[in-house]
Amino acid sequence: MSRISPDVVREHGLSEEEYAKIEALLGRAPNMVELGVFSVMWSEHCSYKSTRAHLKKLPTKGKRVIHGPGENAGVVDIGDGDCVVFKMESHNHPSFIEPYQGAATGVGGILRDVFTMGARPIAMLDSLRFGAPDHPKTRSLVSGVVAGIGGYGNCMGIPTVAGETAFDESYNGNILVNAMCVGLAKKDKIFLSAAKGVGNPIVYVGSKTGRDGIHGATMASAEFNADSEEKRPTVQVGDPFAEKLVLEACLELMESDAIIAIQDMGAAGLTSSSSEMADKGGVGAEIDLDKVPQRETNMTAYDMMLSESQERMLAVLKPGREKEAERIFKKWGLDFSIIGITTDTHRLIVKHRNEVVADMPVGSLSDAAPVYERPFVKPEPAHEMLLTDATRAVVPSLLKVLGSPDMCSKRWIWEQYDHSVMADTVIGPGGDAALVRVHNTNKGLAMTVDANPHYCKADPYEGAKQAVAEAWRNLTAVGAHPLAVTDNLNFGNPEKPEIMGQIVAAVDGIGEACRFLDFPVVSGNCSLYNETQGEGILPTPTIGAVGLVKDVTKTASIPFKRVGDAIFLIGEVRCQLGRSAYLRLVESREAGAMPPVDLSAEKQNGDFVRDLIETGIVDTCHDISDGGVIVALAEMAMASGVGAHIVLPNGMPPIPFLFGEEQARYLIAVPTEKAEKILTDAAVNGIFAMMLGETGGLTLRLDELGEVSLESLKKSHEAWLPSYMAGDS
Amino acid sequence: MKSAVVIFPASNCDRDAAVALEQMTGKKPHLIWHADSDIPDVDLIVLPGGFSYGDYLRCGAMASQSPVMRTVKERAEKGVSVLGICNGFQILTETHLLPGALMRNAGLKFVCRPVGLAVCEAQSRFTRRYSSGQTVVFPVAHGEGNYTADDDTLKALEAEGRIAFRYAEGDNPNGSAHDIAGILNEKRNVLGLMPHPERVCDALIGGTDGRAMFESLIEAIG
Repeated sequence: MSRISPDVVREHGLSEEEYAKIEALLGRAPNMVELGVFSVMWSEHCSYKSTRAHLKKLPTKGKRVIHGPGENAGVVDIGDGDCVVFKMESHNHPSFIEPYQGAATGVGGILRDVFTMGARPIAMLDSLRFGAPDHPKTRSLVSGVVAGIGGYGNCMGIPTVAGETAFDESYNGNILVNAMCVGLAKKDKIFLSAAKGVGNPIVYVGSKTGRDGIHGATMASAEFNADSEEKRPTVQVGDPFAEKLVLEACLELMESDAIIAIQDMGAAGLTSSSSEMADKGGVGAEIDLDKVPQRETNMTAYDMMLSESQERMLAVLKPGREKEAERIFKKWGLDFSIIGITTDTHRLIVKHRNEVVADMPVGSLSDAAPVYERPFVKPEPAHEMLLTDATRAVVPSLLKVLGSPDMCSKRWIWEQYDHSVMADTVIGPGGDAALVRVHNTNKGLAMTVDANPHYCKADPYEGAKQAVAEAWRNLTAVGAHPLAVTDNLNFGNPEKPEIMGQIVAAVDGIGEACRFLDFPVVSGNCSLYNETQGEGILPTPTIGAVGLVKDVTKTASIPFKRVGDAIFLIGEVRCQLGRSAYLRLVESREAGAMPPVDLSAEKQNGDFVRDLIETGIVDTCHDISDGGVIVALAEMAMASGVGAHIVLPNGMPPIPFLFGEEQARYLIAVPTEKAEKILTDAAVNGIFAMMLGETGGLTLRLDELGEVSLESLKKSHEAWLPSYMAGDS
Repeated sequence: MKSAVVIFPASNCDRDAAVALEQMTGKKPHLIWHADSDIPDVDLIVLPGGFSYGDYLRCGAMASQSPVMRTVKERAEKGVSVLGICNGFQILTETHLLPGALMRNAGLKFVCRPVGLAVCEAQSRFTRRYSSGQTVVFPVAHGEGNYTADDDTLKALEAEGRIAFRYAEGDNPNGSAHDIAGILNEKRNVLGLMPHPERVCDALIGGTDGRAMFESLIEAIG
């Protein structure tokens, strides 16, 4: 076995201090297998060593929360013995290196995290960030990532129901692919990863182990440089067919009570699953690598322990139940092998060819992993309230915003995803939140993913708060009661104090919003070192969220439903343009303070709107976000083919009124006979409500400010992405 | 009407088909595993959508060789109704229960969206509750639905009234010849189509245009 030189330690992404700590924990120098195991388990990706101290500050408990962070996914009670299981995870680095497989295996990984817990996945969502459209790699990355997500999710038969896609040059060398999966489980049938009990068989199921993805977790914990493409062999290859079989086989076995603990082999494969299960169960584990189903010959212990081959699961069974489990996995044509046993030694002992090749205390890999209080500089947020009296014409500005890469229709993307399979999709892509019926019931789960990195750049604290508020608002806009959050924190190199400052501020912002809105964080993921040649991405804390709709027949959606409805703006007007889509896309500048997030206004206005939806008074609603009132209005009109006529209040500056992105606001449309009630109810509740106009016609008409046909709006909204992808622009 | 839904490894619309059948007939369909060559005595066999055996070979090619398909073929020849949806249609062409083949979509991409369909042939056990020329909306969700066949076959399909559904004008999502969305066999007891009728049996999730297909079968078969 080769000796461990400082170079080898460095190649494993470990610092000298970390290596010294390993020696102290083992009481000797590690061998290569052990060094490899420590390197992945102590990588940023697996250990959260830079963020752990801060993530502790997030609120994770609530009366509906059954399992928060620490399990494979968060679990929240939705009543009637059902619960929702969900999590979001990034696959940023692999997707840049090999977009199809990177994105596909990102989907595969998050699906396993959810079904590992006993849940049937019912929906997928994706939050994507690409580089500037004119960057030479962007088009092929979009094409590959979208095909990869579709290729995997479509084959699995899980609908991809919502998402977001935006472009910015900061992602030129570091795209973001964040995938979220939502599943349904029975409350009394949740499976955890604690391998309690001694002498129980550890079984390996699923696909065979190959040499793919070795050191994927370490790769994902380093910055990119010019030769990053040489890291392609660290990207795993996905097989959705195998995953579909693993899913069905696991769910079938889970109907019995044979399983004590189960975990997927994701990042750091066999290493992390075996050590984490043993550690959580307070036991040890002994594994015989000769029993591991192998796809290639002459694999070393190092290869097998670090392989990230996909579609594999590790389970601990009750003794005597092996045959029953084997029968199910064989029926599905999958490998099944008893590879070890739980022990009382609290050590992970790995044997290969009758030799002990690794012997480590299980706690040393997780609990003893380093935690860093990295130095940070508090970000200096932009404070200037921008009340520009921009006098540009409204209609051309609107067309420009709607036709921009960030704001244009993403139909080209979501039409490549099966969003109606499983036959429960009530609201699919293009809504504020997607709405998926809980199978065989009248309940629904609303879900959304949101981030605004431009706000976060101006002010990481408020920006992260805003992402939570917007997710909460999107759920509310379809009539859902927001339940809980999963977060995906995408940032640059945490060893730089200013980046660490963004991370700390963003975590604090998420914490404040989630506490105030009683919207606990139940799962999440951090993706750091998103830098290429020293340039970090925009701070991008992405929020995924789920809400409960009690009666799926009482919801609201974006399209106008009738001609002659009164259109109301709910929430205050401040006419601020700071950090707005208008400033960035029309005036090509990013300036001023982002719109402030007033959480109590958010809650008050949201509760008011939700109540109107639940009582059946409102069936048409859209939250106001990027692009302000006018973009929301245009989207409602385009989605329905019904136009609108609106009149600005006297003296209101048109551009700031129409394009300002003040938070906590909604547009609703109701039949005129209900208009009076809206105004009275709003007044009683102290809510700002303003009638803007009414629905009808085939244009968006703003009197002297102009008029534009729905056809022109649609043309501009739908044109950019297909034409860009065809290479025309 | 007694029915069965075949489940291949990585079928993924089997549940949707079973739910629609139960909702429409009031009876749970039998679920038949691909490795079983026994199918109970049923009036309708549904081959559901999905990616049978991963569809890493030509779509439906592996499934066409499975034990269950030998029985499906026998039953079809005896006149039992067989409905192949999406991957099921691909399997029917690979099994030669229906002529032609389904190639990669002309746009080279998977496409999922509601499409307009013209009912071209209302005289069949699958379509009698529609009226000829009626336009309905079903979703499609496939990467390989581009129907092709030699000229003689296309002529025969046209002449014999075996094109049950065509994509509405300007709404062909995959480049299919003659805008073909679904075809019947000569004996008119086998229908294959790419769009998903089982996903449009519920007003809440996209419409009810698919119900008439199941109502037709119930009326024809009893």
